[in-house]
Amino acid sequence: MADGDKKRAAHQALVDRVLNGEGKTSQEQRAQAFSDADVPAPLQALISKVATRPAQVTDADFAAAKAAGFSEDQLFELVIAAAVGQSARLYEAGLAALAEATSTGKAG
Amino acid sequence: MRPDILNRGYSPGTKVLFAIIRMFSGHPLPDAAKLVFYRPRFYGAAARKFTHEAMRGPSAWSVADRELMAAFVSKVNDSAFCVGAHTATAGQAYQDRAKVQAVLADLESAPVEDGLRATLRMLGKLTREGKVSAEDMREVLSAGVSPQQVADALAVCAAFNTTGRLADAFGFQLLSPGEFEAGAKVLLKRGYR
Repeated sequence: MADGDKKRAAHQALVDRVLNGEGKTSQEQRAQAFSDADVPAPLQALISKVATRPAQVTDADFAAAKAAGFSEDQLFELVIAAAVGQSARLYEAGLAALAEATSTGKAG
Repeated sequence: MRPDILNRGYSPGTKVLFAIIRMFSGHPLPDAAKLVFYRPRFYGAAARKFTHEAMRGPSAWSVADRELMAAFVSKVNDSAFCVGAHTATAGQAYQDRAKVQAVLADLESAPVEDGLRATLRMLGKLTREGKVSAEDMREVLSAGVSPQQVADALAVCAAFNTTGRLADAFGFQLLSPGEFEAGAKVLLKRGYR
């Protein structure tokens, strides 16, 4: 699966950059947004919508987070962390199901 | 876009680049393209690399098939900007807009091969429900799709679950049909790098 590995590696590099790269939020804040867990209250609506129902994000969600003291650059980072986090979970879940399907010898 | 820093926070060199692109293409750069230039070391550079690899890297899926997957995943997420962009791109890549429209309208009756249909069905379920089972994967494999192709499709799915979320969260401005077609041409010529 050489080519698949290259796609995986590029994805892993993205995840690593977003979680651990230089930024204006702490790694802990980014990890919370990434996993959509333990997110501070003023950010919860925004982050959980990005993860599970992005089409419903509104200006008011950003305004609430800004009113609580988050800068626009911090929100840029945390929204990205939430989007990359949800996508990473989908990718992992799909690859795990594929591995299970191919290891049983029934197909593939 | 929101927050406002995504409209005005670019470096001077990047602003010049945007102006040049606008001058030569006759269109402002779409928000999807702008976003990856905002503090590119945080997200844009790595995102472009991954998206290009998923969409244009080696795969048994054609570019057209992968653009259709991008449009389909975006449809499931209700992401209007990405549906518009990748419907146009898939339509041009297949040279068959009707086929793309048919898939987005009703996957089960659309004129596509069973393997592609089964793959799209699985990507839809994964995107909608957040999980798929080994049994779901066996159905895809038994439709003649290789494990590598499934993995490649999952990479497309990951790329567009990210981009679509950002399109909606950051409020990418929708383009006119003509602008989406012009953008599609660029994506087919240059890819996502």
